[in-house]
Amino acid sequence: MQWMSRLPRRAWLLIGYAAAAAALFSAPLYLNDFRLNLLAKCLAFAIVALGLDLLWGYTGILSLGHGVFFGLGAYAMAMHLKLAAGGSRIPDFMGWMGLTKLPWFWEPFKSFAFAAAMGLILPSALALLLGFFTFRNRIRGVYFTILTQALVIITVTLFVGQQAYTGGTNGLTGYTKLFGYSLTSGTAKTMAYLATAAALLAAFAVCRHLVNSRFGKVLRAIRDGENRTRFLGYDPAYYQMAVFAVSAGLAGLAGMLFVLHVGIISPTMMAIVPSIELVLLVAIGGRGTLIGAVIGAILLTQAKSQLSASYPDFWLFLLGALFIVVTVFMPGGIVGLIRQARQAILRRRSENEITLDSIVSKSNGVV
Amino acid sequence: MKSPSILSCQKVTVSFDGFKAVQEMSLELASGELRFLIGPNGAGKTTMLDAICGKVKPAGGVVEFHGRKGTVDVTRRKEHEIAQLGIGRKFQTPSIFSGLTVEENLEIAMAQNRGVWATLRAAMTKADRERVDAELELIGLEDKKRLRAGLLSHGEKQWLEIGMMLLQEPEILLLDEPVAGMTDKETDKTGELLREIVRKRTVVVVEHDMEFVRNFASKVTVMHEGKLLKEGSMDEVQRDDRVAEVYLGRKRRDYDAVGSTA
Repeated sequence: MQWMSRLPRRAWLLIGYAAAAAALFSAPLYLNDFRLNLLAKCLAFAIVALGLDLLWGYTGILSLGHGVFFGLGAYAMAMHLKLAAGGSRIPDFMGWMGLTKLPWFWEPFKSFAFAAAMGLILPSALALLLGFFTFRNRIRGVYFTILTQALVIITVTLFVGQQAYTGGTNGLTGYTKLFGYSLTSGTAKTMAYLATAAALLAAFAVCRHLVNSRFGKVLRAIRDGENRTRFLGYDPAYYQMAVFAVSAGLAGLAGMLFVLHVGIISPTMMAIVPSIELVLLVAIGGRGTLIGAVIGAILLTQAKSQLSASYPDFWLFLLGALFIVVTVFMPGGIVGLIRQARQAILRRRSENEITLDSIVSKSNGVV
Repeated sequence: MKSPSILSCQKVTVSFDGFKAVQEMSLELASGELRFLIGPNGAGKTTMLDAICGKVKPAGGVVEFHGRKGTVDVTRRKEHEIAQLGIGRKFQTPSIFSGLTVEENLEIAMAQNRGVWATLRAAMTKADRERVDAELELIGLEDKKRLRAGLLSHGEKQWLEIGMMLLQEPEILLLDEPVAGMTDKETDKTGELLREIVRKRTVVVVEHDMEFVRNFASKVTVMHEGKLLKEGSMDEVQRDDRVAEVYLGRKRRDYDAVGSTA
C-alpha cells in the first residue's frame, strides 16, 4: 500500500479515468453483440443518472419525472428514424388512424440534425418552463417532487391519447436505417455503442466541470440552505432552473441514444415506474458523487436485465425493497459504503500506529 | 445629527396572523455606527432585523436604505436584492453551508457578480485567493480551511459566518446574538472580531448578554413588546426605570404604576 501514496490523488484519478475510458472504448473487441447492446443501454442510463445527480445529489431537488425528459429525447430521435424507415410514405400508424398527410410538426424531423437538436432542446425547454413556475414561486421539496409526478401523468396521457400523431400505446418502432445504413448490422451497432460511450464521457466531463466550478459550489450551498443563499445575494430560482434544464437535457440525450439501441419508445417507458427507477440508479450508486451515479446506472441496469428476464413479476418487488434498503441503510449508496470502509481502515491503521508509538516511547522511558 | 443617516426605519409594523410582533417601530442609524438592540424575549428584536433584510414583509412603514446605489425602500425588494444592495444578515443559529469546505463557504460569500453565467465562468484569481486567505487569518481558521464546515465547533461556525459576512462587504451588517452559546473565551474572541468589523461599516447587534454589550461604548436601543422603549447610552438605559422594570419583572409595580408600557 505504501507505493500508492507516492502519487498524488489527482494523478490516480486521471489514471482511473483513462483506464475506464479505455475499457469502454475497447468493449466491442471483447463483448458479443448481445452484451455490447446491454452495455450500451447501461451507458445511456448512466447519462440520465449524471443529470439526475446534478439535480438531486448536488442541488437537493428530487425529480420523479425524468422519464418524461428521457422520453422526449427518445421520441425526437424515434420520429426521425420512423421517417427515415418509411421513405416517402407516411408512418404506418398514421395511415391506420386515417391520416393521409404528414402532420406539420413531423416535417422537420426528416432532418437528423433537427431531430437531434430537438432531443436536447425540448426537454430543457420544458424543464425551464416548469422550473420558472415552481422555483420562482418557492415551490420545493416534496411539493416539487409531486409536481414532477403530475408532469409524468399528463405527458403519458397526452402521448397515449394522440395516437394519430404519437403512435399511442404502441409508441414508435420498426425503424431500419440511420444515415442510410441498416441499423441491424454489426457495424451500425458498434458505431451506436461508441457514440454512446463518447456521449457519456462528454457528459461526465461537463458535469465534472459544472460541479467543480463556483456555480457547482452555489448549487451545493442551495442544497444545504436555500434561504441562506438568498441573504448572500444569490437568487436560488435561477440556479435551480439552470440545473434542472441541464439535467433534463442530459436525460433527452440519453433517450435519443436509448432508442438507437432498443429500437422502440412507448409511453410506458416514460411513466411513473421508469421515472422512479432512474432516481434509484443514483440512490444506489451514491448521490452527490458523479462516479456513483455512473456505477449505480451500470449495475442496476445489468441486474434488471438479468432478473426481469427470469422473474418478471419479482422485479418490481425487488425494486421497491431496494429503494427502502438504500434510503434507510445506505444513504450514501455504493460509493458511500466504499468511503466508510476506507475510513474504517485508515482509522484502524492510525490507531495501530498510536499504540506502537506509545509502546516505543514507554520502553524508551524504561531503558 | 453628526454623520449622515444610512438606514431609517419609520413606523415599521410587522404582524403575524394579526399578532403585531413589531408595532410602529422607528430606528435611525448613522453611517459607521455600532448599535445594540436589546430587550426581553419576544420584544421583536429579531423580527425587526427580519424586516430590514427582507425575511418578513412589514404590514406598514418604510425601511429606507441610503446606500451606494442611492435611496431604496427595501420593503419592496426581494431578499437577494437587498443583500446585493449592501445589507448583510447573520442569523442567530450559525447557518454556514455544512457540505462545503470552510474555504468554499468564503469563496461563494465573497462580493462578486451573483448571476448564473458569472459563477459558471468565475475562476479563483490571485486577488480572490488573497482576500479569502486574509479572511481565514482574521477568523483564525487557516489550518481548517479544507475541512467541511459542518465539522466545525459551534464557535468556529459563528466565526466562519462572520468571515463570510465580511467578505460579502455589506454596508450594514445585522448580527443576531453573535455570542449566544459561546464559552467565555470564545465570547472574547468574538468581541475582538466585532471591533474589527465595526471599523469599516455600520453594524446592528441584537444581544442578550449585558456584560458583552457593556464592553462597547455605543448607543443602545431597548425594545419591549414590539415597541421602542428607550434609546441612549448604556448608562442612560440602565438608569431608566421602565427598562429596569421590563428586565427585572414586575417588582417595581407597587410603587411605580405609571411607568409601565405594558
